[in-house]
Amino acid sequence: MTTASTNATSTEAAAGDAASTGAVADPAAAVATPFATPEPRTPAGGIDERVRAALSLRSRPARPSALSACVTFGWRALLRIKHVPEQLFDVTAFPIMMTLMFSYLFGGALAGSTDEYIQFFLPGILVATVIMITMYTGVGLNTDITKGVFDRIRSLPVWRPAALVGMMLGDAVRYTVAAVLVICLGLAIGFRPDGGVVGVVLGVLLLLLFAFSLAWVWNILGLVMRTPNAVMGASMMVLFPLTFGSNIYVDPETMPGWLQAAVDVNPISHLVTAVRGLMHDTVTAGQLGWVFLWCAILVAVFAPITMRLYARR
Amino acid sequence: MSDNRLAIEVAGLVKTFGKTRAVDGVDLAVPAGGVYGVLGPNGAGKTTTIRILATLLAPDAGTVRVLGHDVVREADAIRARVSLTGQFASLDEDITGTENMILLARLLGFSRSGARERATELLTAFDLTEAAGRQVKTYSGGMRRRLDIAASIVVSPDLLFLDEPTTGLDPRSRNQVWDIVRALVAGGTTVLLTTQYLDEADQLADRIAVIEHGRVIAEGTSGELKARVGGGAVHVRLRDAERRPEAARLLTAVLGVPVELASDPVSLAATVSDAELVARGLTELTRSGFEITEFALGQPSLDEVFLALTGHHADADGGPGGRSEAAGAGLPAASATTKEPVA
Repeated sequence: MTTASTNATSTEAAAGDAASTGAVADPAAAVATPFATPEPRTPAGGIDERVRAALSLRSRPARPSALSACVTFGWRALLRIKHVPEQLFDVTAFPIMMTLMFSYLFGGALAGSTDEYIQFFLPGILVATVIMITMYTGVGLNTDITKGVFDRIRSLPVWRPAALVGMMLGDAVRYTVAAVLVICLGLAIGFRPDGGVVGVVLGVLLLLLFAFSLAWVWNILGLVMRTPNAVMGASMMVLFPLTFGSNIYVDPETMPGWLQAAVDVNPISHLVTAVRGLMHDTVTAGQLGWVFLWCAILVAVFAPITMRLYARR
Repeated sequence: MSDNRLAIEVAGLVKTFGKTRAVDGVDLAVPAGGVYGVLGPNGAGKTTTIRILATLLAPDAGTVRVLGHDVVREADAIRARVSLTGQFASLDEDITGTENMILLARLLGFSRSGARERATELLTAFDLTEAAGRQVKTYSGGMRRRLDIAASIVVSPDLLFLDEPTTGLDPRSRNQVWDIVRALVAGGTTVLLTTQYLDEADQLADRIAVIEHGRVIAEGTSGELKARVGGGAVHVRLRDAERRPEAARLLTAVLGVPVELASDPVSLAATVSDAELVARGLTELTRSGFEITEFALGQPSLDEVFLALTGHHADADGGPGGRSEAAGAGLPAASATTKEPVA
């Protein structure tokens, strides 16, 4: 539909765009245009005709289902990973560093030997790394909001939570990458789970479920705070006490009584206990029940608040 | 869509952010069909207004009906029939043009193959085929704008909001955007666009609302506004800066209006509507031995419009002090110009 010559001019225009943007921002340039005399037009290749033809579609297809919208937004998250793979740095470098550092630095001191410690510690550090990187959900949301694309997304007639849920599904991929890395690294340095493959997979799934539920908290920070750095700072303030004040690194029996009491009600402790149980095949229904309860509470409380803030923003 | 219904009805719209009244009692009646221009400097409340109309912000007070639906209670019904092209590219810059278009098409209910087809069709129509596979952040300003508008018409909307569609574009890209807007209108879409440029509003809009400090200070067709403003502006540059006061006196005498002395030491400007008078003024200048290096007869700048409508310069930041003549932070021309009535 376009002739060879118009193709050539449009390429030139594209190059010209970039080169001359600075110069034309000058309002004086606009003023200098002769009054009532339109500038000489280079043949635009009939863009108006083609646009008119492309406009013919006025009937709207049926609104996508909530699930389809979520999946589409999840696809967007994956595309972003594909184009900006650097963003996987935090889910790869951080878990490797944490696992190696704690196993070898503290393993001997805490459990007699690295080999023994890793059996206790690996499910814990798995939880810690994935929970730590959930905060990037809020950071990512905050970054997204500052860009224009968010306005377009919010002005679409789709199920409102889809954009957020889709983003979180994309994040689940990142969590999985981190989890697989930590487990592979653990297996390489002596982790031998009694629960076998099934136990490990179930443990990871439980962790992903909890991470998804917890991410709603960071969504709120992402919507309320002004900058991604502020979101990161605030998330750290919550995450550090939450992960260290748990049974991830050490057996709480060595702690003072008041701290033990705090550690016992920490949802992270419940999660670690259940993940350990699944991986070592010692899990009880009660342990799982606690985790499901926490997930339900997190989503029931924080998802509605998030959606309220999202609608107002 | 060429009936007499109103596409947008706004009455007493107010939106405050902290202590700032970004929108302070705006009334608008936008007819269906055609282009409606909202003209104003930075910070006048244009973007806030458009965001409320597009259901992205909730109003604090006032009633807003878009395509017959209440903007608060029936936001979803509005979202199904309008599109927004924001001031900054409303696209995901990290993914490609094609991916952006497919994403939107899928979210609007297209099937997988349907979305791909529609994406190709629109990218071709907007001259973006070659760039389709590149990340949007590599696009030039003009390409970004075209993609942005293409993204807004994946399903042709009944009403399209364009927030400063040509700010920062070179003249050629601007003309392309104007062509696209005209095509959209011919296709039956109502367009509401905001702009800082009078010539843009003049070229495109059927009706124009001039907005400042969150209020509409003038409304009408381009012809009606021009009748109030005085039509055109003449800009003259001399070779010799020292002779400017002398030239200003001469020009004032011929044109019968005050001449503005801009910060550019060789520049003179005046608002006039009579081209013949301008010709006579230029002749007089040349005859008296002034060397003219450049002259232009053009649309009055936004600042000159504001001067004519309100008696003060366009002012971006608002606030009580902002209404004085000298305070004009928004437009380069505004802050630099001093009005000097010459005897």
